Amino acid sequence: MTRTTLHGWGRTSPSVATVLTPTSEDQVGAEIMRAPGSIARGLGRSYGDAAQLGGGVVLDNRGLSGIGPIDHEGVVTVGAGVSIDELLRVSIPQGWFVPVTPGTRQVTLGGALAADVHGKNHHVDGSIANHVLALRLVTPTGLLELSPNARPELFWATMGAMGLTGVVTSVTLRMAAIETDRVLVDTERFADLDGVMSAMEHGDDAYRYSVAWVDCMTRGAHQGRAILTRGDHARARDLDAATLEGPTSPKLAVPFDAPSGLLNPLTIKVFNELWFRAAPRHRDNEVQSLSSFFHPLDGLRDWNRLYGRRGFVQYQFVVPDQAGDTVRAAIGRLAQSRVPSFLAVLKRFGPANPAPLSFPMPGWTLALDLPVGPSALPGVLDELDEMVIEAGGRVYLAKDARLSPDKLRAMYPRLDEFLALKNLVDPDHRLTSDLARRLHLTGE
Amino acid sequence: MENAFGQPQSVVVFGGTSDIARSLTRKLCAARAHTVVLAGRNPELLDAAAAEARDYGATQVDTVLFDAEDPADAQRCVREAFDKVAGPIDLVVVAVGLLGDQSTFEDDPVVAARMATVNFTWPVTALTEIRRRLVAQGSGRILVMSSVAAVRVRRSMYFYAGAKAGLDRLCLAMADSLEGTGVTLQILRPGQVRTKMTAGVAEPPFTTGPDEVAETVMKGLASGERVIWSPPLLRYVFFVLRHLPAPLWRKVIDR
Repeated sequence: MTRTTLHGWGRTSPSVATVLTPTSEDQVGAEIMRAPGSIARGLGRSYGDAAQLGGGVVLDNRGLSGIGPIDHEGVVTVGAGVSIDELLRVSIPQGWFVPVTPGTRQVTLGGALAADVHGKNHHVDGSIANHVLALRLVTPTGLLELSPNARPELFWATMGAMGLTGVVTSVTLRMAAIETDRVLVDTERFADLDGVMSAMEHGDDAYRYSVAWVDCMTRGAHQGRAILTRGDHARARDLDAATLEGPTSPKLAVPFDAPSGLLNPLTIKVFNELWFRAAPRHRDNEVQSLSSFFHPLDGLRDWNRLYGRRGFVQYQFVVPDQAGDTVRAAIGRLAQSRVPSFLAVLKRFGPANPAPLSFPMPGWTLALDLPVGPSALPGVLDELDEMVIEAGGRVYLAKDARLSPDKLRAMYPRLDEFLALKNLVDPDHRLTSDLARRLHLTGE
Repeated sequence: MENAFGQPQSVVVFGGTSDIARSLTRKLCAARAHTVVLAGRNPELLDAAAAEARDYGATQVDTVLFDAEDPADAQRCVREAFDKVAGPIDLVVVAVGLLGDQSTFEDDPVVAARMATVNFTWPVTALTEIRRRLVAQGSGRILVMSSVAAVRVRRSMYFYAGAKAGLDRLCLAMADSLEGTGVTLQILRPGQVRTKMTAGVAEPPFTTGPDEVAETVMKGLASGERVIWSPPLLRYVFFVLRHLPAPLWRKVIDR
């Protein structure tokens, strides 16, 4: 039992908690009932304060391990502390890929459910929750076995709820069949935002995976210039020699905290320029590895240290399809305030699922990495909140480190429905986190 | 809880009626602060500051009375202020201080001792209790009002500046002691500020208004730097002044 300083991937707002690593459902249940306040934590890839609890107990889910056999339909049961990386090492050689993956393999399945993660295939396949067949959830009122058919309201309340309904101990999900460990990728470069958005509107349906990188720092005619990459898994017949190999460990790491000013408007502009120029104007059917297509940043361990001691925030919002102008306005506002932001990620979402706190909804999502430092940044993001609410959109809790409780309420209209379900399984408000306290999600 | 930019939701201010504290409280409330406890000596001024906090967006505002000449009461004052906040306390501001009249101190040891109590003993007593409570909480920030005058104490105000110097040095090491506790302590060193405390005092270079100081503090909360200088340029000015030979120092500073 040690007191440990915890923060999110953005390395802002640290707090100190007692970290315990339970290895069984009984231990999870006992710790939840012993501690006045607790929250589960996986690999700490939420950007903000979702998996920390100042002065409380943080339950590291990495003790909940184990990967079951994958059946002929791709159904597998894994411990909630298993990471996507660990699962893929076992599953790819057998011809199975995770149905949904975020931009990193270094998340646990428990964490993936807590954030209801989405990937480049959301417009086709939805988020991770859409592929979960069952889960086991330890709550202050006991162990629950949940599925879309058994206690569906609590199943969905748990998806995207940032761990606030209980500790997920195991997950049963259906994997996606693959014939090779390669992806066939089409790349296109666009000189402005309108071009790429139009291409995504009219062409995304033909691809299983689609995402665009947008330059938010160039102003004027080329504002929002972008690189669109789309693709699908390669079939065995597409390749001369098909292989099925799992991911390898990264060879590169950032060994120390960079000075906080390293990523400044100038260096980020230079990076964006090089990134943009390095992409081909148009290229079809490029063969890429699963890792370089889905998890390019996993090749550089601890890359968040590049932002220095002050850290960074990620701002990710979604607005409905018809509110494409809000995306333009947001990029314009950022470029105008000269707040530096790395290449932003733009993507179209498909239908939402029934979870009250799940982030995705049909429309446009934009994610921006922003170093803490510029004094205009807090105010600019508050303005973006207003624009997003105006458009009927919301921000993503797994990325959030700065939203206010009233804005959360405006963005998630089903909040009270969620809080009522939380109260059902956690009447004494034992499950809480720094994020829950900040956004008044404790249920009190 | 405070957000990624160091903007708190719950704030306790000791010395909440000073002009700098009021400016800062306004900015904090306009950002994220919804719970504010203001502690001070004068009930009318406290009520005015509390009304201002509400105007700027705070939804729960309370006040606590205390007398900074009575350090034996400091622990009670901290407990009472903390108890008025439901949930974790994000930021505690210690802005207790009294400039006073140097010549009075020189003539009267009892008055000099009282001055040292207000500027040093009371804040240290309160900080000890604040530190203990925040460490148990596992999160939170302390902001202590020092002064550039503490960096090199000058003869025209050596009582005030000397007491502040003691507080400043103690807090630097208290900040070190908080490493790994989840709690941070930041020291604010403003230059001369146009306030009711300095009314009638001649304005040296780099004099600013309370709003500018508060703005600098907001940036300092985001960056987390241990010492916040206001205006920021004074960091370099005082780096030079601190190293001047004594005769030259006396000449420069007493001009």
